[in-house]
Amino acid sequence: MSYKVTEEGNISTVFLNGEIDMDVTEKAKEVILPIVESGKEVHLNLKDVSYMDSSGISVLIESHQKALEKNTKVVVKEVSKSVLKVIMMAKLEQILNLE
Amino acid sequence: MNLSESKDFVVSTASLKEVRVFCREIFEKINLPQEQKDELVLAIAEAAQNIVKHGYKGVEETTDRMEIKISLKDGDLEIGFFDKGKAVVPENVKHRKLDDIKPGGLGTFFIKQIMDNAVFKKDQDGWVNHLVLTKKI
Repeated sequence: MSYKVTEEGNISTVFLNGEIDMDVTEKAKEVILPIVESGKEVHLNLKDVSYMDSSGISVLIESHQKALEKNTKVVVKEVSKSVLKVIMMAKLEQILNLE
Repeated sequence: MNLSESKDFVVSTASLKEVRVFCREIFEKINLPQEQKDELVLAIAEAAQNIVKHGYKGVEETTDRMEIKISLKDGDLEIGFFDKGKAVVPENVKHRKLDDIKPGGLGTFFIKQIMDNAVFKKDQDGWVNHLVLTKKI
């Protein structure tokens, strides 16, 4: 997994790339959670994420819940078809902010 | 098409990608919709992850290996997982309730959603656990 972060105003966009599994979730959390903790709105762009398992889904849930605690939000954007299927299997499409 | 292939992997999160590559190479040989192949890869990867995460919980590093055997005979897909981790008590293998939104606890749910059946067998030879996932394809 690789990533890129861009900032515009109070919005940080994290572009994740590759496959998100248990082996890389700590790295993903290290990138995403501090930005959420800072109170910024985070956009997670998943267009280049080709695979995500339950560990990756946990990162999305944890980020979302942390954002609620901090009165901000995490928006999940440009989800690939394969990842969307996993999100829907977990019945999270109504919980996460998908765009 | 009938086939039977197996491979062993070091029990480590770093092996999960290798597990997916192994599965994808096998499913390339089978005439199935890509969506179904992706689901099967997810189920297998989740089961392998459970071995690393739960079977070896608290173990920093190990040289132990786990074996995955994929067999297809007359449309019956069977995937066996063999490991030497902590003995699994099948009754304790549960996924979290879906409406209890929190990180974790979804891997087993995905496996149950995707596969027809998941059972722990006691016929293992030299292994501690033998999980068998089956699906008619």
